[in-house]
Amino acid sequence: MAAEKMSLSKAINASLRTALENDPKVLIMGEDVGKLGGVFRVTDGLQKDFGEDRVIDTPLAESGIVGTAIGLALRGYRPVVEIQFDGFVFPAYDQIVTQLAKMHARSLGKVKMPVVIRIPYGGGIGAVEHHSESPEALFAHVAGLKVISPSNASDAYWMLQQAIGSDDPVIYFEPKRRYHDKSEVDTSAIPAPLHAARVARPGTDLTLAAYGPMVKVCLDAAAAAAEEGKSVEVVDLRSMSPIDFDTLQGSVERTGRLVVVHEAPVFLGTGAEIAARITERCFYHLEAPVLRVGGFHAPYPPSRLEDEYLPGLDRVLDAVDRALAY
Amino acid sequence: MESTAARKPRRSGAKRTSAGNAKKKAAGQTDLVQLLTPEGERVEHPEYSIDLTPDELRGLYRDMVLTRRFDAEATTLQRQGELGLWASLLGQEAAQIGSGRALNDSDYVFPTYREHGVAWCRGVDPTNLLGMFRGVNHGGWDPNSNNFHLYTIVIGSQTLHATGYAMGIAKDGADSAVIAYFGDGASSQGDVAESFTFSAVYNAPVVFFCQNNQWAISEPTERQTRVPLYQRAQGFGFPGVRVDGNDVLACLAVTRAALERARTGQGPMLIEAFTYRMGAHTTSDDPTRYRSAEERELWETKDPILRLHTYLTKQGLADEEFFAGLERESDALAKRVRDAVRAMPDPDDLAMFEHTYADGHALVDEERAQFAAYQASFVTAEEGI
Repeated sequence: MAAEKMSLSKAINASLRTALENDPKVLIMGEDVGKLGGVFRVTDGLQKDFGEDRVIDTPLAESGIVGTAIGLALRGYRPVVEIQFDGFVFPAYDQIVTQLAKMHARSLGKVKMPVVIRIPYGGGIGAVEHHSESPEALFAHVAGLKVISPSNASDAYWMLQQAIGSDDPVIYFEPKRRYHDKSEVDTSAIPAPLHAARVARPGTDLTLAAYGPMVKVCLDAAAAAAEEGKSVEVVDLRSMSPIDFDTLQGSVERTGRLVVVHEAPVFLGTGAEIAARITERCFYHLEAPVLRVGGFHAPYPPSRLEDEYLPGLDRVLDAVDRALAY
Repeated sequence: MESTAARKPRRSGAKRTSAGNAKKKAAGQTDLVQLLTPEGERVEHPEYSIDLTPDELRGLYRDMVLTRRFDAEATTLQRQGELGLWASLLGQEAAQIGSGRALNDSDYVFPTYREHGVAWCRGVDPTNLLGMFRGVNHGGWDPNSNNFHLYTIVIGSQTLHATGYAMGIAKDGADSAVIAYFGDGASSQGDVAESFTFSAVYNAPVVFFCQNNQWAISEPTERQTRVPLYQRAQGFGFPGVRVDGNDVLACLAVTRAALERARTGQGPMLIEAFTYRMGAHTTSDDPTRYRSAEERELWETKDPILRLHTYLTKQGLADEEFFAGLERESDALAKRVRDAVRAMPDPDDLAMFEHTYADGHALVDEERAQFAAYQASFVTAEEGI
């Protein structure tokens, strides 16, 4: 199949379909993933084509979904689990942290845990409480898990293929507000390594680092900055565990300035880790402290306030200006 | 340990409710399946029967005695500082050997951290169990070697793994079953309730084997439930049965029936083995703070090994030579375990980084290299002197 323009959610659907076709051990599990095709229709049509035995509607119990997925993985299956919304993952957090993440180490490598947990995450869709959160740092903090998030349809397709092929548990965060954004997907291409960051837009004055839904915001900010004569590089991290610090270091060594952007709260977030490590790696290249733009240390607000809570174009540009002012 | 006679009540679980009620009327008390009384008398049960050869009976006795001896040796090793902790199974030998010997090779076990007797039945080297209690690993054995999963320490988590594994068996069209061990304390965990739900709605071939040993550290079963635990199953849509957990014959018969039920596509079943934790929760625990000596003494009269000893002796199925030989075998096992534990080397400093991931991880590689260099700097300094 050649390159085709498709939405991010359609790319995930296509990727799941490919995985189901290629490997009879791949299973889809989750709430409403079958007949309904998921609340976002990401799994649309899969149960119809692959049957209830492989695309499994589960009871409404997230710990049960992940716990049984672990058991199925022990039996040799490769479950791809859907958690319906970011804020609903916490009943499964125990199984993910104490069991899924540690099983390989506990068994001294004798047990593999090829489980993918798909989580639609982030805000910007006007949802009610618990439907707009960005809990990626809570997973990236856990040894044994890999944490990734695509920002576009092509990455959505390929990173999911690679995650399903991985023998490690992977938390796959889907930027739900980008589900309908379309871009080119070449399903016959050779993808980049799963955890490699990508320079999404080259620049010379400052680096913006982001992942998932914030990549678009950063690209827009870079375009706006360019109109003011500022050359901003955008790095799409793609992976929050591990983080491709080499690519980021290379960028910061060229630009001398770094602003990290994510929807998740800034405090102890992905940006904090990046700031610490890039400061250590690039101390003599930095012209300004590493700045962060993200959510506040407050519960995700009611949706009428989310545009203020979420980093938008202006807040990113404000940080760009502050960094350039040093 | 195969006995065709014991396979007769293979569909017994499905008839459980009516039979249970009938029995209740007849006995006028609790639904407790018992085939060997504390006094060592064989009794019959309307639903569950067993017919074992003398060899098989002696085999069960041997399993229980060796397990108890291994367990006692491990407790001693902890007291001597060779183990950091030990969770003794003292008093629960019948529940574990009876259920463990009901399993086929292709069945799969999901234990808690106290199933040393079941491990024995699965052929797991007892010394393998001691690594995590000594602190040299977190388990580390290959679950697929003996179809015996790693010990799970977080209470109740493994019941979901067992259910998922059983769902996989059903998908594969295999005719094996899974047994999930847990305790009375775990019965309060959401994961256990969720495993009941999942196994019921998917009709998964899993047997839930709850050893109600009356105490979850210091909390009595009354703090976990207001109904007998086996009755919980009814609300989920599968049968539950309470068995005398100190009666190895009853545990064997009931577990065989439940496993056969699961293997033949009739779904999950809950077995509540009514037993008693004779020792402390672990070597760190002090049960004198929360329970009476009288209670323990009462349960001593129901000892699982003693009653089978009485039965074997009375029936002339075992003689002094058998018991003496078993004593020698126990001593040899204890010595082997003791020697193996003392010879168990500490892991290499860098072992903590290994196996964090199957496919590697840049951060782990970086930290391992940094730590190795840090360690090496001391060696260099010493060599410099």
